[in-house]
Amino acid sequence: MGNLIGKAVKRVEDNRFIKGEGNYTDDFNMKNQAVGIYVRSPHAHAKINSIDISYAEQMNGVVKVFTGKDIAEAGIVGSICGWQVDFKNGDTMKEPGHPILVADKVRHVGDAVALVIAEDKYIARDAAELIEIDYDILDAVVDPKAAVDDGAPQVHDDVPNNKIYEWEIGDKESTDTAFENAHHVTSLSFHNQKLVPNAIEPRAALGYYDSNEDKYTLYTTSQNPHLARLIIAAFVLSIPEHKLRVISPDVGGGFGSKIFAYNDECGILWASKQIGRPIKWTADRSEAFITDCHGRDHVTDAKLALDADGKIIGLRTKTYAAMGAYLSNFSTCVPSYLHGTLMQGLYTTPAVHVDVTAVVTHTVPVDAYRGAGRPEATYSIERLVETAAREIGMDPAEFRKRNFIPAFDGVNQPGYQTQVALQYDSGDYEGALDKALEVSDYEDLKAQREKARSDGKLMGIGFSTYIEACGIAPSAVVGSLGARVGLYDAASIRVHPTGKVTIHSGAHSHGQGHETTFAQVVADAFGIGMEDVNVVHGDTENVPFGMGTYGSRSLAVCGSAIMKSVEKVKEKGARIAAHKLECSPDDLEFANGSWNVKGTDKSVGFGDVALTAYVPHDYPDGEEPGLDFASFYDPANFVYPFGTHICVVEIDKDTGEVEIVKYVAVDDCGNIINPMIVEGQVHGGIAQGVGQALYEGAVYDDSGQLLNGTMLDYTMPRADNFPMFDTDHTVTPCPHNPLGVKGIGEAGTIASTPAVVNAVIDALSDYGVKDLQMPLTPQRVWKAMNNNGKL
Amino acid sequence: MSFTINLTVNGVNHKDEIDTRVLLVDYLREKLELTGTHVGCDTSSCGACTIHIDGKAIKSCTMFAVQADGADVTTIEGMCQNGELHPIQEGFKEEHGLQCGFCTPGMIMTAADLLKNNSDPSEEEIRCGLDGNFCRCTGYQNIVKAVQYAADKG
Repeated sequence: MGNLIGKAVKRVEDNRFIKGEGNYTDDFNMKNQAVGIYVRSPHAHAKINSIDISYAEQMNGVVKVFTGKDIAEAGIVGSICGWQVDFKNGDTMKEPGHPILVADKVRHVGDAVALVIAEDKYIARDAAELIEIDYDILDAVVDPKAAVDDGAPQVHDDVPNNKIYEWEIGDKESTDTAFENAHHVTSLSFHNQKLVPNAIEPRAALGYYDSNEDKYTLYTTSQNPHLARLIIAAFVLSIPEHKLRVISPDVGGGFGSKIFAYNDECGILWASKQIGRPIKWTADRSEAFITDCHGRDHVTDAKLALDADGKIIGLRTKTYAAMGAYLSNFSTCVPSYLHGTLMQGLYTTPAVHVDVTAVVTHTVPVDAYRGAGRPEATYSIERLVETAAREIGMDPAEFRKRNFIPAFDGVNQPGYQTQVALQYDSGDYEGALDKALEVSDYEDLKAQREKARSDGKLMGIGFSTYIEACGIAPSAVVGSLGARVGLYDAASIRVHPTGKVTIHSGAHSHGQGHETTFAQVVADAFGIGMEDVNVVHGDTENVPFGMGTYGSRSLAVCGSAIMKSVEKVKEKGARIAAHKLECSPDDLEFANGSWNVKGTDKSVGFGDVALTAYVPHDYPDGEEPGLDFASFYDPANFVYPFGTHICVVEIDKDTGEVEIVKYVAVDDCGNIINPMIVEGQVHGGIAQGVGQALYEGAVYDDSGQLLNGTMLDYTMPRADNFPMFDTDHTVTPCPHNPLGVKGIGEAGTIASTPAVVNAVIDALSDYGVKDLQMPLTPQRVWKAMNNNGKL
Repeated sequence: MSFTINLTVNGVNHKDEIDTRVLLVDYLREKLELTGTHVGCDTSSCGACTIHIDGKAIKSCTMFAVQADGADVTTIEGMCQNGELHPIQEGFKEEHGLQCGFCTPGMIMTAADLLKNNSDPSEEEIRCGLDGNFCRCTGYQNIVKAVQYAADKG
């Protein structure tokens, strides 16, 4: 026992999943349950003249049909925006409302206009077909930059020019000066395209109202059940929080899209009280495409200023960031505080200015999607850096080394203060790059590329050296920046009389493996076995008020709360042990599962102390029985993982198809608890980032129709799109949390997208191709090659 | 319109009168309460609903239950034999072939069919064999290794 930290322990949660015995929301059923189906707008922008539900209501098996009129009469509002980002001129952020069912005007394809409740989903679908809605179709705007033009279709009457806010960070004046003095300026323009998260489990809800207890229960696909409860109870339905239990059971992937308290789940819960029966709603995939919050959708102009020595002296970006038609819970902080604050990257850039205009468009709302703001920032920086290196004829690795922030550990050297608010905790950026160069055998890769080119083949090497801010976040800091919630987390540790342990976690696992990782940490701390620890998560009645899982925060924030509870157990345990050993607690040290009297062979075991705490016959005066502690942890800073990814591609000259032939990832997420799980997170992250680079993107026509709204049309990576990834790591511990950990959930997604695109551009360099818009489909690549007429 | 079907699911005979439009996956999940088979897309794209019909991997979200009349059906719940994990199930655990677990049953059923037809597949053959199944968590690498594990175990 002991020494579990750092071991590739097999996951304890796997047993139920590999046998088909997981418990996802749609797997639950309740007695007398009805089924709900939302009727959604087929138009992106239209005035509703009338809704006729009479035929649907008369159908056998239909329980009830609700429309926006019912919602308005009930006086409930829709879900809310949780982060206020005001205009740089001081004007308040625009905050248009979003009723659960819309009564007057629809603003994106998928906007909900009616809710049909029936005995089963087949009947509900039939009834939904019988609802007649008379629309006047209006012009729509889908392009984030065009949305602010005078005369552009307006999404909301109370949001002039569709602007939610205009925001900036950094020093404009010094940045302007840097560009005036620049020896070389690199300029690029991107559409960091709109992505559909596509967790394989669609969102679902099973809502139930118990009239005897005047209490609601909601099973739902949430990454953060307490946050869902807070928003639904306090802000949407206006019910006391203790009268709502949110259960988030096994959840089939989130990637950010299941952070949010959506109107759909609120509507099901509200309707269950109205009809006096439980109601289940499960989205189908087409519905997920037009209702799950999308990601990215930034239109950006980015510039980098260099001096004559190849040193970066300034960076400037201007971004139009789409919110979609309505403000989802954290939509507003993504392009501002999760994006602009990362724009220095891991370089010494002395002048940075970031300007962001957040706009509404007639599209599906946009919010955090794996990485959330940081992939957009990293894409801008890393595309600029690689392009600049190419333009001045310098090796991209050498160019980066020339501009890196020197190594600092945050203990002996202070944290690094950037020009855009953040203070990085610790980092050795060159160390990660050097390791990646070694693992990839960069010199050999360059020789291979040379040979390939001389053989008439297209091979490219692309880098991405990234940093991200995660482990969100110190509550006071985010509060001062407009967050309307705290971002601590919470965990309790219950030591049972037999010395076994239950962890109650505020973080929720939907693939991250908390049931294993958290158990490793606690088992090691107490010197007990993995089998002696279990982890409970996902039920507001059974776990303390934690803020849930997103932003690679579970281990850095909730893990720290766990460690605080561990320390409380150890402190109290020491007092009980001292009583048993007739010594002072100061004379004791805890090791190998026992409290030992220093310098002697006298000791008492963890289990003995636990039993004594619950059978306190011979017990310290004034000590409470029991060994059960909850802790909240509010982080001192964000954590800052970093690393280097190197992608090697080959391009088929005849078809334009890009093949990734080698991929090296060296990530530094601080101390590692379970290398197997860390590696798995990196793999999945890389795949999602590659998805953006090569395959994915929501395609809208000018009328606001989503043209690729099924998995048949929206291309996502499949097993045969990848080689085996080479993963490695460096370890630079976080100096400000007890485990020294930094988070790894998003790193792969943040790093891989620019690495892949940089590799493709490198492969196409002989064609004079400087930039291509994502996704780099065979068609786009082929056109780029052929338009330059060199084939 | 309803129809009476007779079929075997995981070795158990079932006789049910069902509406002809009920999808096979709904019959399995809702009538037989075999919720290990998942629905991810409704369009045969994601493979989460993959089961075996007469030994062949089939996507049960785009098949009517009545079409399975007379069939021998195996779902993920039928893969353990006498409490022992199938080698592919074991491979997924040993090689960290799953994260959220939602695609896993379909992946396992597809992989079992793959190995039945090719007991010693190359990496490329495994990747091609799995390309009817989406996984959004793992990047597929450890799924490929899980199948290799099962193949090696023979």
